[in-house]
Amino acid sequence: MRIGDAKQSYLADEALWTSTTQQVWFGLFLLALFVFPFLATPYLLYLACLVGIAVISATGLNILTGYTGLISLGQAGFMGVGGYTVAWLSLHTDLSLPPALLAGGLLSAAIGVLVGLPSLRVKGLYLAIATLAASVFLHFVFMEWTPVTGGTKGLSLRPAHIFGIPLHNDFRMYFVIMPLAVVMLLGARNLFRTRVGRAFIAIRDRDISAEVLGIPLLKYKLMSFGLSSFYAGIAGGLFAYFFRVVTPESFPLSMSIFYLAAIIVGGMGSILGGVLGAVFMTLVPELLKLLTTVVTPFYPEAPVIMSPLRGVVFGALIVAFLIFEPHGLAEIWRRIRRFFHLWPFRT
Amino acid sequence: MDWLFFAEISLAGLATGGLYALIALGFVIVYKATRVINFAIGEIMMIAAYFFLTFAGGMQLSPWIALPLAVLGGTLLGGIVERTMIRPMLGESPISVVMVTIGLASILVGLAEIFWTADPQLLPEFLPRDPVFLGEIYLAPKIAYGFLIGATVLVLYLLYFRFSRGGVALRATASDQAAAYSMGINVRRVFNLAWVFGSLAASLAGILVAAAGGLSPQSGVIGLSVLVIVIVGGLDSILGALIAGLFVGWLETVAGAYFGGEYRMLATFAVLAVILVVRPYGLFGTHEIERL
Repeated sequence: MRIGDAKQSYLADEALWTSTTQQVWFGLFLLALFVFPFLATPYLLYLACLVGIAVISATGLNILTGYTGLISLGQAGFMGVGGYTVAWLSLHTDLSLPPALLAGGLLSAAIGVLVGLPSLRVKGLYLAIATLAASVFLHFVFMEWTPVTGGTKGLSLRPAHIFGIPLHNDFRMYFVIMPLAVVMLLGARNLFRTRVGRAFIAIRDRDISAEVLGIPLLKYKLMSFGLSSFYAGIAGGLFAYFFRVVTPESFPLSMSIFYLAAIIVGGMGSILGGVLGAVFMTLVPELLKLLTTVVTPFYPEAPVIMSPLRGVVFGALIVAFLIFEPHGLAEIWRRIRRFFHLWPFRT
Repeated sequence: MDWLFFAEISLAGLATGGLYALIALGFVIVYKATRVINFAIGEIMMIAAYFFLTFAGGMQLSPWIALPLAVLGGTLLGGIVERTMIRPMLGESPISVVMVTIGLASILVGLAEIFWTADPQLLPEFLPRDPVFLGEIYLAPKIAYGFLIGATVLVLYLLYFRFSRGGVALRATASDQAAAYSMGINVRRVFNLAWVFGSLAASLAGILVAAAGGLSPQSGVIGLSVLVIVIVGGLDSILGALIAGLFVGWLETVAGAYFGGEYRMLATFAVLAVILVVRPYGLFGTHEIERL
């Protein structure tokens, strides 16, 4: 049993790791992530890549919505900007993966800052609608700017390459996606130990008070938009490299809602929550698929109702989490940890 | 420029706008009383239209019996949703409540696909089919009669809110919840009432819209246009909902007719962007002053 959590300096209070146990577990986790692709089936590998992309994007949205309190329904649009940039660069230049991905992220961040401009005047739900408008405009651009985006047919990419090594299968993509996800997560985690991250949190808790405290609202809100869109752009770029095709329908409005749902289910304003939510929401449809194959022998109609059932389960998860566990999976995780910390005593 | 064509298009647009106004009214009622943004309004419309399809098409009831039944079904749905999903969220942050309605929308779309399949369907004809002429101008009968029914209900609603007890309670709750509560108004019932009335308007409009344009589980996206309308008009303004409804309906139809269907959404969202920059609280909405 662990008793007390007495910290003796601010440094210790802010530290990323509060105990060696945590460091050891994290090391083991990284090791597991490294070994995973050598043992996994192609299907699991494919899922892991999807999860990695979702984790990056959900973390981005978490910075904006969970930590800064600005709701965005434009995440899919920003991912689209990243995806299309990477696709265009792959078709028209011979850039390798890192610079192309960075370009996608930066362009997406620029657009994010632009979209964030109204955020000083409008907030809350009005802002959500403003970002919704932005995603409608972006979708329109993807559809109609045919010379660059390929219109409804979209663009097909050549396989990415990095340091001359072609990344033509999921196995190799995994070694790009996963390390990137881990790095970006650590980046986000560290962000909230800095002045900027703390300013974000102050703005979320009460923006007027934050301004009184001397935080320039517009600057920090735009910074939050930019960072969040940067994450989205990187995720979108990886998405494009992973599927090697982008169409306007790759980034629908429902995708923005998916990411909002992911951070709600996972727990808003918690990096761990964003990760858990992204993993959970990506895997639930797959679990349903698995369930369908199990049930089909007894109930032949199962595949027919499978796809609508996904929508129902998706919606029910959002509603149930909001009503019964508003702090999300991160809170459940914390409770489980507490149980073991305090064992044999109970809360 | 062909003026007759323009007039026809404009008139059709305004008639569609009348239906939009009815939906927006349903939205504004819920928002005024409960401060909940109902993202699922398009899906409630869609479900009500499917009820109508089942009653009139599947069970062969006369459309004039099926219509009230279906509206009743949609209304009940609204009441149940309020009791089971919205009430537990009282006092939570607006983001959470909005997400509940988004989740609800997803559930309703899924259920509609399970019960009525994903294929688009046509509602049985129940409106008169003779073409309607206003002077030289031709108007599609479905749109014209839909507009008439919608406008009648709209007027009834306005009268109800102005003069009836329930209407007064609703307006009192909207302007100051705590004061209304201390004056003996049952605020919880008002919340339920608001959802019931909001869903009633949405259900009726849903059936009329589906009668004109067909029905599929994806029909609920019309809710996005309605969202634009209420933001443009001001979230808590009934007058704003009416005017913005007519305007957005007109704009969508005109943009669709002159530039092609893909410009419909773009036009409405362009208006939205301008409004958000110039008057963030909408044309007629209350400009709230924030205090610490």
